[in-house]
Amino acid sequence: MADLDAPLGVARAVAQRAGAGEQVEAYVVRSRETEVSVLRGDVESLTVAEQAGVGVRVVVEGRQGYAWAGSLEPEVLDETLAEARDNARFAAPDEWQGLATLAEANSVEPPTLALWRDELGNVPTTAKVDLALQLEAATAGADPRIRGVESATYHDAALDAAVVNSLGVEASTRRTSCSCGAVALASEGTETRTGYGFSVGRAPDELEVETAAHDAAQRAARLLGAVQPPSQRLPVVLDPLVTGSLLAIIGAALNGEAVLKGRSMFAGRAGEVVAATHVTLVDDPTDADARGAAPYDAEGVPTRRTVLLTDGVLEGFLQNVYTGRRCGAGTTGSAVRGISSPPGVGARALAVRPGTRDPEAIVASLRDGLYVQSVTGLHSGTSPVSGDFSVGAVGLMIRDGALAEPVREVTVASTLQRMLLDVAEIGSDLTWLPGSAAGVTLVIGDMQVSGA
Amino acid sequence: MLDPDTLARTLGVALRSGGDFAEVFAEDRSSSSARLDDGRVEEVVSGRRRGAGVRVVSGESTGYAHTADLSEAGLHDAAAAAAAAARGTPGDARVVALERRDAPRSHAVTVPPDTVDKARKVELLERADAAARERGAAIGQVSAGYADGRRRILVANSDGLLVEDEQVRTRFSVSCVAVGDAGLRTGTEAPGRTVGFELFDDLAPEAVATTAADRALTMLAARPAPSGPIPVVLRRGAGGVLFHEACGHGLEADLVDRDASVFRGQVGEQVASPLVTLVDDGTYAREWGTYAVDDEGAPARRTPLIEHGVLTDFMWDRLRADKEGRVSTGNGRRETYQHLPMVRMTNTYVLEGDDDPDDIIADTPYGLYCVALGGGQVDPATGDFVFGVTEAYLIEGGRITEPVRAAQLIGNGPEVLRRIDAVGNDFDTWAGTCGKNGQGVPVSSGQPTLRVAEITVGGTARG
Repeated sequence: MADLDAPLGVARAVAQRAGAGEQVEAYVVRSRETEVSVLRGDVESLTVAEQAGVGVRVVVEGRQGYAWAGSLEPEVLDETLAEARDNARFAAPDEWQGLATLAEANSVEPPTLALWRDELGNVPTTAKVDLALQLEAATAGADPRIRGVESATYHDAALDAAVVNSLGVEASTRRTSCSCGAVALASEGTETRTGYGFSVGRAPDELEVETAAHDAAQRAARLLGAVQPPSQRLPVVLDPLVTGSLLAIIGAALNGEAVLKGRSMFAGRAGEVVAATHVTLVDDPTDADARGAAPYDAEGVPTRRTVLLTDGVLEGFLQNVYTGRRCGAGTTGSAVRGISSPPGVGARALAVRPGTRDPEAIVASLRDGLYVQSVTGLHSGTSPVSGDFSVGAVGLMIRDGALAEPVREVTVASTLQRMLLDVAEIGSDLTWLPGSAAGVTLVIGDMQVSGA
Repeated sequence: MLDPDTLARTLGVALRSGGDFAEVFAEDRSSSSARLDDGRVEEVVSGRRRGAGVRVVSGESTGYAHTADLSEAGLHDAAAAAAAAARGTPGDARVVALERRDAPRSHAVTVPPDTVDKARKVELLERADAAARERGAAIGQVSAGYADGRRRILVANSDGLLVEDEQVRTRFSVSCVAVGDAGLRTGTEAPGRTVGFELFDDLAPEAVATTAADRALTMLAARPAPSGPIPVVLRRGAGGVLFHEACGHGLEADLVDRDASVFRGQVGEQVASPLVTLVDDGTYAREWGTYAVDDEGAPARRTPLIEHGVLTDFMWDRLRADKEGRVSTGNGRRETYQHLPMVRMTNTYVLEGDDDPDDIIADTPYGLYCVALGGGQVDPATGDFVFGVTEAYLIEGGRITEPVRAAQLIGNGPEVLRRIDAVGNDFDTWAGTCGKNGQGVPVSSGQPTLRVAEITVGGTARG
């Protein structure tokens, strides 16, 4: 038996209090975090923290109420349950509303995933500080044009979470995560360029500090001398980091809730060709290498591999219990949540099927193009509803099969619908990134580049 | 929230192994929200978060620890952890005598949201839904949100400061999807103020809904936005985001200190068109980014940043101000007690100019007229920034003509600030959430109608 203070015990105690005609779900999280920020060879800040929280969902006659709190004190749990009950009075009844049933939770076997590293708990804080200092020094020393390091950080977290509902569903997960990142400042004359490098893992010994430092320095230095190119239409090669962000937006349009509510560009298009024939897109949280890997979703339903696009054809959408029931497809174990709201729907581990050529070979095959190193404004210039896509970019021109002069102050634009159909090639360099998607080099055959 | 003796003893623990400065920041936040989507009130949500963070500064290093346990033992544990993290050199234990200070408020909250029945909050959503759907059969989906929050904070530090503040904010938002032959288009409107339920004394949910619905409907007829550098007129209010990104972040002293701002060393220099006077004003009554004291206990202030194009000052928090031997400008903010404070904007706006807004448009042969923006992003070290337009029109022959689709605009802060060639005599503000290093805080930005002589528009129309 788990001890009563562990999330599973706390969640059980709350869910057990469901009255007649009432469904109660408790989501309980405990975490322990360390965050180090260094500057100019010294610790700028060191934060150590333990946090806990509870989210309680009550459903009565199809009416849902929710309340949450950042504490697990007994009187706080009482208050939170009482508030959730009171809130349920104000929702409109909805026949599809309700918690996961045992049948839904037992529909597939949960995967066995190794997401926890005991050794994280044994790493002394001084070692974490040293790692951040080492990252800063390595970044500063990686290239003679690096004049400073804007930030160098280390972060880790150990998270223990449980979902229990009054219909008998129970799920608990533990995972550790660890990351470091640096922003390098490269200078020549009065010009400054920045570059980001990072590494992620589940324990500090999995972090590749030298790689992160090298990436940050190289990505800053290679932009020195950047100019604004003229506006033109060009093939665009997306860096794996950019592709990861793009997939996250496309994932938002493959969310069953957005589809049901008429808020997705893919609504009503299942079975149709929506992408180039070599695009196969899968969400697979059962892949332990994915940063978003998890055995259960946020409603206690086991996760599974969900195929979204096969050879360019739209196969289906991601669903939680509510959307799965309402559209008839059933849950795909894709409920996601924070503590402060009831579960929504979301991807955890999106990846396109990789191609056969590495990025160098891809660039070598292009006469003209733009290599996009990073983008800005993803949240202000793109929409999974309309498909609008317009973002700021920095990168390098491609001329005669080689990376050429750096460019800045450009935007690249198209629509998400058009971009999926225009995918000309997918690289072989698939790599899992922080967040809900994998990165890979991606070539979009034709985009509008706006510049001078 | 906590008694002075407990706080003084906690500060004593924090400084037991040395350190130049210690602080306890306690926070008690309660919130309620309600959401209507797909024609149905989906749920009402209540939240409560309370806890304290202890900061110990030793030289240039800061140790931080936080806890949800506000008992004296819990606070002492956090203080000891922060002290260990700061790695100070042990010195004499200090006894801190706390002196309570008042925090004058710019305005009073007249209707605390927690005194308002939840049914009244839900009713606002239903009114908005009905009003939005009335705008036309092409409105395919409506989502409406109501949210209020009460945030009580307390700051006690080793200088003897003890101060409390209560911040109440209320926001209402409506998002619509319009369905047309060419696909789906969206429109959003989300006004918010640092007030209670009296927000709705002069804000009708129907008006918010109508704005959002009409925005989505307008976009159905939009053609692709232009591609390349053209003149851009920003309507009053929305365009304040341009200044937030083009120079606001670059004027935050923590970024200046880490040599990550293009404005470093530029105080006294001409950095913008002489038509531009920019202030950051945390005392602006009722505005979304307003408070009495910041999250380090410093009183909010009105800080002129640029006067007639000349850079006059940066925004400061305590740490950076101490280093320069000056006082904080009341810009030290944090998202919650779980975060360290850093320099943040409050309400940042450009003062009115002399031009009639209609004349600015009439005087523009060709350009883009921006009515609603969707936020932006900047790299303060290079000054390169973007902002997205979500409602915009072409200006042709001095007149506003056709709507164009959403697009990103891109420019360099110092260059764009110099290219402002007309500033109107009107004014409005816009509420948003500003993100920096993973922390989101409420801010507003504001400006009169103004024109940038040239900025790159990232549309898809072939030139």
